[in-house]
Amino acid sequence: MSYVGEKTLTALPSLLSLDSQPGPAKLSSTSKLGNLIRGITELTSKHEEEKLIQRELESIKEQVSSPNTSMRQMKELMVRAIYCESLGYEASFVYIHAIKLAQQGTALEKRVGYLAVSLFLNESHELLLLLVNTVLKDLQSTNLIEVCMALTVVSQIFPKEMIPAILPLVEEKLNHPKEIIRRKAVLALYKFYLIAPNQVQHIHNKFRKALCDKDPGVMTASLHIYLQMIQENPEGYKDLTGSFVNILKQVVGGKLPIDFNYHSVPAPWLQIHLLRILSFLGKNDLRTSELIYEVLDESLRRAEMNRNITYAILYECVKCIYTIHPKSNLLEKAAKCIGNFVLSPDINLKYLGLKALTYVIQQDPKMALQHQMTIIECLDHPDLIIKRETLELLFRITNAQNVVVIVEKMLEFLQNSPDDYTTIDLVGKVAELAEKYAPDNEWFIETMNTVFSLGGDTMQPDIPNSFLKLLSEGFDSVEEDRKLRLFAVDSYVSLLQGETRKLPQCFLQVISWVLGEYSHLSEDHNRSTVLRLLEKLLDMKQTSSETKCWILMAMTKLCEGTAGVCVAQQVSETYISSMDTVLRQRAQELQHLSQDSELREEVLPRDSGLDPMEIDSSLSFLDEFVSGALAAGAAPYKPPHQRQEELAEAKVLSLEPYGLALPISMSSCSITDRHSPTPLSMSSGLSGDSTDVSHRAGLKLDGVQRVWGRDGYLAKKESVEEAAPVQGLTPVHSPSLQNEGDGSHSQTPTPTPTPEPDREKEQLASSLFFGVSSQSSVCLMGKPDSTFNRRRKAKVQAPGVTEQLSSSVAPVSNAVDNLLCNNLQDSNINSVSAASSKQTCELSPRVPAANGTCNTDCGLPESDRKRSNLSISRDNGLVDADSALSEDQGSRSDLCPSSYLPAELCGLYRSEIAPLCTAHSLELSACHVHQGDDMILIIFISNSSDSQVLQIRLDLKSEQLKVTCVSDSSVENIKSHTVAVYQYSLAVKRPGVDVEVDGTLSFLLPAGTPQTKHFSYKLPLTAFIRPLLISTEEYGTMWLGFSHEVKQNLTLVDDGCEPLTFTLNLLKNRLQLHLVEIIGLEGILACRLLQNQPCLMHCRVHAGALAVWLRSPVPELPDCLVYHCQRVLQEK
Amino acid sequence: MIKFLLMVNRQGQTRLSRYYQPVELTKRAALEADVVRFCLSRNKEQCSFVEYKDFRLIYRQYAALYIVVGVTDAENELSIYELVHNFVEVLDKYFSRVVSIMFNLDRVHIILDEIIQNGHIVETNKSRILAPLTALDKMADG
Repeated sequence: MSYVGEKTLTALPSLLSLDSQPGPAKLSSTSKLGNLIRGITELTSKHEEEKLIQRELESIKEQVSSPNTSMRQMKELMVRAIYCESLGYEASFVYIHAIKLAQQGTALEKRVGYLAVSLFLNESHELLLLLVNTVLKDLQSTNLIEVCMALTVVSQIFPKEMIPAILPLVEEKLNHPKEIIRRKAVLALYKFYLIAPNQVQHIHNKFRKALCDKDPGVMTASLHIYLQMIQENPEGYKDLTGSFVNILKQVVGGKLPIDFNYHSVPAPWLQIHLLRILSFLGKNDLRTSELIYEVLDESLRRAEMNRNITYAILYECVKCIYTIHPKSNLLEKAAKCIGNFVLSPDINLKYLGLKALTYVIQQDPKMALQHQMTIIECLDHPDLIIKRETLELLFRITNAQNVVVIVEKMLEFLQNSPDDYTTIDLVGKVAELAEKYAPDNEWFIETMNTVFSLGGDTMQPDIPNSFLKLLSEGFDSVEEDRKLRLFAVDSYVSLLQGETRKLPQCFLQVISWVLGEYSHLSEDHNRSTVLRLLEKLLDMKQTSSETKCWILMAMTKLCEGTAGVCVAQQVSETYISSMDTVLRQRAQELQHLSQDSELREEVLPRDSGLDPMEIDSSLSFLDEFVSGALAAGAAPYKPPHQRQEELAEAKVLSLEPYGLALPISMSSCSITDRHSPTPLSMSSGLSGDSTDVSHRAGLKLDGVQRVWGRDGYLAKKESVEEAAPVQGLTPVHSPSLQNEGDGSHSQTPTPTPTPEPDREKEQLASSLFFGVSSQSSVCLMGKPDSTFNRRRKAKVQAPGVTEQLSSSVAPVSNAVDNLLCNNLQDSNINSVSAASSKQTCELSPRVPAANGTCNTDCGLPESDRKRSNLSISRDNGLVDADSALSEDQGSRSDLCPSSYLPAELCGLYRSEIAPLCTAHSLELSACHVHQGDDMILIIFISNSSDSQVLQIRLDLKSEQLKVTCVSDSSVENIKSHTVAVYQYSLAVKRPGVDVEVDGTLSFLLPAGTPQTKHFSYKLPLTAFIRPLLISTEEYGTMWLGFSHEVKQNLTLVDDGCEPLTFTLNLLKNRLQLHLVEIIGLEGILACRLLQNQPCLMHCRVHAGALAVWLRSPVPELPDCLVYHCQRVLQEK
Repeated sequence: MIKFLLMVNRQGQTRLSRYYQPVELTKRAALEADVVRFCLSRNKEQCSFVEYKDFRLIYRQYAALYIVVGVTDAENELSIYELVHNFVEVLDKYFSRVVSIMFNLDRVHIILDEIIQNGHIVETNKSRILAPLTALDKMADG
C-alpha cells in the first residue's frame, strides 16, 4: 500500500538535522534553546545530561528573577524551561513567571505564557487562581487573537470553582461573528461540561444552536459535548438522530469545503466522530437504528479501498453496524469489509481487522468461522502484538470443545510473555476458561498448576481463592469430588518431591492448604511423607512467613500418630519463638493440637467441607463480653471509618463509607478456620459475590453455562475421550470453509501455504473452531455422536430425567450441543427443536432461560411453548388484581384459574397467573400473592378432560426458599372440568437475584398408569422486599452493624429538575423501599427481606451518576438488590 | 481518548511531550523511557500499534524522529495513526522555508494545541490549525 503522504517526508530533513539556516522570525540552532538541544543530543550518559540541565536551570533561574529581563527574553527562557521539564527536570521556580508572561506579554509572548501555564500546572494547582484575572481581561479584549488565546487556555486548564466568573463572557462568545471564536467558546464550554457539568446545564439549548451553526468547525466542536452527553444518557437525545445523520450524509457526500479534506477524503475524523455518536444512539433501539441504516450504507459504498484513513472510517462503520440494531444486508457488507481487513498484507490493517473481529464475534460467533484460516495464520504471526490480539479473539469464542487447544496456545504465549501486565491478564483468562470449560480433572489441575507457576505472585489473588473454593465446596457427585481432590494431592506431592525452589509463594500456599485438607484421601502417600515434604518447604529460605503460616496450618491438620507428633513438636519448637506474631501463634496451635487429638477433631473436623460454615461476621458471640467491658467503663469501639468521619466532622449524613471495606487480611485471619480463604472473601462481600452477579446478569457473552463453579462440574466418563478436540478428521467438507478457500482467498492474493502445513492448520482450525459453528456447519467435525453434552447438569434438573436423557440423547445431541455452545438466537432454537424429538424439547427451553426469560416449561409440547414463554419474572411480575382478572376471563373461557383464587386472597397484590406445564388433561398454572408479610404461592391444577384424575400429589422443593404447605387438606382427586387450588407459603432461605421453586406433580391416569411431571416457578427477589420504616438515627446505628457491603454506580434518571429525588422515588416505588431521608446530594433508603432481614442503601450523586452503597447482615442481599436497582433504572 | 503525545529521537531523548491526563513529572521520565524502548525495538514490518499496560501506543517514524501517541483501548488506532501524519503535514506546511522544527518547540506546541485538546481531536483542517499561529507571526512582524 502506498501512502501519498509519506512523500512529504522527503521535504522534512529538517526534523532532525541540526545545521540549519536561521529564519526571519523563528528560532534556529544558533539560539540558546538550539545550543541546549544540540548539547543534550551530543551527550552520551544520563549523568552528563543531569549536570548540563542543572546548569541550564541555574542560569534560567538567575535570569527570570532579574528585573531587567524583557518579556521577549522571558519568552525564550520559558521555552527552555519547558524543554527542561519535558526531560523530567522540575523547574517549578518559573511557574509564577509563566503566569506573569501571560499577563504582561504581547502576542507570541503572551501565547507562550499561556502555553507554559497549561504545560506546567495541573488542574488543582493554587497558582492557577492568579490566571483568572488575566483570562477575564483577555476575554474582553478587542484583539481577537487575545480572545482566542484566552479561550484556548480555558478549554485546556481552568480552576473549577472560578467557572462562574467567566461563564457569561464565554457564553457571549457563542454569538461572535468570527467562527474561530465561536468554535473555541464551544470547546471551552465542553471543558466546563467535563469538569463541572452542573454549571453548564442551563445552556444546553445553546449547544443545539452550535450544532446547527453554519460553520462546519463550530458544528464539529459541539459534537464533543454531544458525544459525551449521549454516552451518558442516549435516551435524552434520540430526537437529534436525524440531524446527525444529515450532517454525516452531507460530509460523506462531499458538501464541505475542500480544505476539510485529508488525502481527498472529506473530514475523516468528523465522520468517525459522527459514527460513534450514531452507534450510541442506535444501540438497542430499532426505531433509531432505522434512521441510520441508509447513511451507513452510503459510507460503506463511498469509501474507496486505497487509503489508510478510509480504512479507519470503515472500521468505525463496522463497529457501528454491529452496535446498533442489526440489519442483515449491512451485516453482510460489514462482514465483507472485515474480510478485507484481516486478509490485507498491511499489518496495521490486519491488526485492526482482528480487533474488529473480536468485537464482532461477541454479537455473531459465526464470523470467527468464516475467517478461521486467517486467525490460525495470525496465531503463528512473528509479531507478538498480532498474536496477542488473536488470543484475545480466541478467548471470546472459547467453549467446552476447543478449550484445550486455546488454553494451550495461551500458555505457549505466556511462556515467552514479555511483560508482567500481559502475564497477569492472560493468566486470569486461562484460569477463567479452565474453571468454566475444563474437560476433565487431570487437565484442570495441570492447567491450574501451570497458571500458578507462571502467574506467580503477581496474579490476581482471586484466582487461588476461587480455585480453593471450587475444591472445597465440591460438586454434586461425591465421587467426582474425591477424584479431583485426590488428583490434586497426587499432583502436588509429586511436585514437592521435585525442585520446589522456583515455585511462587501463592502456589505453595495453595499446595499446603490442599495437602492439609485432603491428603488423607490418598492411599499412596501416608501422612508422614506429606509432613516431611511440608517440613522441607518450611526450611527453604525462599519461603515467606505468610506461606510458613499456611504450611504450619496444614501440618496441624495432618499430625497424627507418634511420627507426626514428633515432627510437629520439632517444627513448633523452631517457630514458637519466631519474631512474626502470626507465625508464633500458628506454632502454638500446632503444639497444642498435635498433643490433643480430641481437641483437634473438634477444632478442625474432617470431612466437613461440603456444608459451608456459617460465619458470624457481626461477632455476636462477643456481645456478652463487650457489654461486660462497657459496663466496666471501657470506651465503645468505633470502626476506623467512623473515627475518620468524626475527625472530618462531616455535617451531612455522616454515614459515608468511602473506602471502608474492612481490611480482612488473608494472612492474619483466614487460616484460622478450616475453610480458609474462600468463605471469608465471600463474607467480606466484595469480590466473590459481585462477580457472580455479573455472571447472572449475563454480562459474559458466552452462551455456555459455567461448567465449573458454584454448581460444580459433572464429568461424563465415556465422553471424556471423545471430547478431546484434536481429532484425526479434517473438516474440509465444511461448506463455510470451502467458501473461504474458493472465494475470498482467490480474490486477494495471499501467500498460499504448502499442502502439508495447510493440512495441519486445518486440523488446528477444526479444533479451535469446534462448537463455534452455526447450524449450517453441524457436520464440521463429521461425527455427530462425538459431542459431549455438558449442559445435562442444569440447575433445575429433576432426578429421573437425567437417565431418560442420556439414554436417548445420542441422535439429537449434536444439534442440541451446537445450540448450546452457540449464542444463537431464538429462530435457530425453534427450527432445531421443531425437527428434533421430545428430548430436545426438554432441553432447549433452557437456552432462553439463560437469557433471563422463562423456565417454567419443562417438557412442553411444541404447541404450548409459546404461551409459556411469557416471561413471568419481568418487572415485578405484579399486576393489579382486577385488571388481571378481566384479562384472564377474556382469554380463557371455561377453566379460568383466577376465578378459583381463594376468597381471602382476592383483591391482594398478586402476579399474573403463569402457566407451568401440562400433563395430559391437567394444566398447571401459578401466581404469587402478597399477603401482608407473607408470600403465598398458589398453584392451580385444572382438569379439562371428561374423566377424573386420581391420586394427585404435588411436591415442592427449593434450595433458595423455604416452602410450607398452607392448604387445609391436600386434594387428591380432581373431577372433570374443575380446578384444584394449592397454597404454599414461601420464605427466603438464600437470596438470589431470582428465586425458584422446583416441583413434581404425580398422578394416576384413568387407565391406572402412574405419571410424573416436573416444573419450576421463578419469581424475582423483589417480591420478598418490603419497606423498612426507620428513622435516620436508627439507620445510622444499623449501618455500622452490618458487614456485607456492595458499592456500585448506577445511572441517575433525570426528570429535569430533581434527578436524585426522582430516581430515589422511582426505586422506592418499584422495589418497595422506604425512603428515609434526602439531604442535599445524598439520600438513604431502607428495606427488609421477608421476614426480617434488613438492607440499607446509601446513595450519593457523584459526577452525574448515582453512587450507591448497600449494607446488610445477609451476604447475598446487597448484590441482589443492586442488580434489581440497576434493572429498574435501565428500564427507565 | 488520547492520553499523551511524544516526539522522541532515535537515542530515546524526548523532544516534546504533551500529556492529556495528569501524570506526575517524576513518573513521566520512566513512562517515556519504557514507551520509547518498546517502539524503538520494533522493526518496520511490525505493527505500528503496541499494547502497553492497559492502553495502546501508536507510533510513526519520520527519519530519525518518532512520534508516539498513547490512547485508551476504545480508540480507533488507524485514525490516530493518520492524525499523526496530518500533524506532520501541518508542521511541514508551516516550517517549509525554515528548517529546524525542534528548535521552535513553542510553535510546535501551539500547533498541537489546535489539533488536540483534552485528549480529543478538535481540528484537522490544516489552514484552520495554522490560522492562530500565522496571525501571531503577523502581529510580531507588523
